[in-house]
Amino acid sequence: MKAVITVIGHDTVGILHKVSGICAARNANVVEVTQSVLQDLFAMFMLVDITGLNCDYSELSASLTKLGEELGLSIHVMHEDIFNSMHRI
Amino acid sequence: MLNTSDILETIRMIQDECLDIRTITMGISLLDCCSEDIGTLCTRVYDKITRRAERLVAVGQQIETEYGIPIINKRISVTPAAMLIAATRGGDPVRLAKTLQRAAETTGVNFIGGFSALVHKGFSAGDEALIRAIPQALAETSNVCSSVNVGSTKAGINMDAVRLMGGIIRESAELTADNNCFGPAKLVVFCNAPEDNPFMAGAFHGPGEPDCEVHVGVSGPGVVRAAIEKYPDASIDELANIIKRTAFKITRMGQLVGTRASQMLDVPFGIVDLSLAPTPAVGDSVAHILEGMGLSVCGMHGTTAALALLNDAVKKGGVMASSSVGGLSGAFIPVSEDAGMIAAAESGVLSLEKLEAMTAVCSVGLDMIVIPGDTPASTISAIIADEAAIGMVNSKTTAVRVIPAIGKKEGDSLDFGGLFGSGPVMPVRGESAEKFIARGGRIPAPMQSLKN
Repeated sequence: MKAVITVIGHDTVGILHKVSGICAARNANVVEVTQSVLQDLFAMFMLVDITGLNCDYSELSASLTKLGEELGLSIHVMHEDIFNSMHRI
Repeated sequence: MLNTSDILETIRMIQDECLDIRTITMGISLLDCCSEDIGTLCTRVYDKITRRAERLVAVGQQIETEYGIPIINKRISVTPAAMLIAATRGGDPVRLAKTLQRAAETTGVNFIGGFSALVHKGFSAGDEALIRAIPQALAETSNVCSSVNVGSTKAGINMDAVRLMGGIIRESAELTADNNCFGPAKLVVFCNAPEDNPFMAGAFHGPGEPDCEVHVGVSGPGVVRAAIEKYPDASIDELANIIKRTAFKITRMGQLVGTRASQMLDVPFGIVDLSLAPTPAVGDSVAHILEGMGLSVCGMHGTTAALALLNDAVKKGGVMASSSVGGLSGAFIPVSEDAGMIAAAESGVLSLEKLEAMTAVCSVGLDMIVIPGDTPASTISAIIADEAAIGMVNSKTTAVRVIPAIGKKEGDSLDFGGLFGSGPVMPVRGESAEKFIARGGRIPAPMQSLKN
């Protein structure tokens, strides 16, 4: 089972570190990362394997949302199935 | 890896364009709860609903978190209550309505539908008693929804039921006059009612359905409008393709949520209702899609054609995205629940007559329309008869959900709040249809019914 974490907002130091820190603490393995910075806008997409998660999915989601609020970024965690089903036949 | 623009598109649809799952509705058959004793019936009904739907709300919330997609309502539809009342030989239907209300509260669902009767060809035991109890049942409960099917393409239109329902709607409004006449907002009169409809107020669990199943109703007018606005110079056939592509994506999401809910609840997956269901929120309006196509105001000439295009493209896009399509499936045009429709009605451009024409090409019917408080019951019956005739002849579902605003007239408005929105009192023709309605009887089934 994989989830997609998206982070969008103003670029600051240590975003990748903080997001991956939360993933590591909850045993979510980062499989792939794509990130780009256009002018000041930071956009990162992270595919994480949540099979071995050591907490509830909702806790991972809540802690990332909280981090987003602290850093003033928009962070979403969504199951990859939603993207696969919407965009692939 | 997934394409980043696809990821962004999905997030934008949910965050900015009001994409959501409108409802997960669990259909539950109550036929095995029948008893001659109303007390035993109510106990069995309460037990079965609360057992079957015990985890419905929790599962809905879990799916919301997992996929990051809002699921606005969790609902239950049950076997038409008139069938259960028939077995009690004189049991009080209001008592059953209160039991449904209690079950809704225990399970935590937003609505429970099925305080219903199917009388398209005539009344059987229990039907008339249930219909006459509707005003009181709706006044004394808050989450119970009611519907009555008065016609079908196969059976014609039961004009006795049509006559009765005009009075029932008025009475329901009068009984709830101190609560914005809210009663009739939970009451739908159908022709060709679908048996697997997840949308309220018309949801009930038809007798041909399995014991328990789960349906999904999708939404997404905002997404369609945003897609159209990106192509201001597209031709009409290009527009149809854009809508189809968007509807496909919306429906795939509904199919995913429905399949997941079915697995988690361990009940069969019923249908996806391919719908564009508006809400009063800004940016979630079907009227605004039509205006986005190039109409200056919804309700002007051209509206019916634009709506026909929209409705057809939504179905064509959606049908491939789902394993099983059903319910109402199409664009909804409720007035009070759609910011664009409200504005168009307030400006006087959108009239009852235009709405009636629109219902010939879209999903449902005259929906959430506030009419003057002094509208006679026979005029309401005549509105129902017109609408049922459109459904009967065109082999489609049509419905009437009008709210007589007791004590109010044109220029006033009613505010229901929440998903029900608010609506201006729309003018109704003052001439009388009393004599036509008083005749009673049945409009025979049309030639279209002879398909065998």
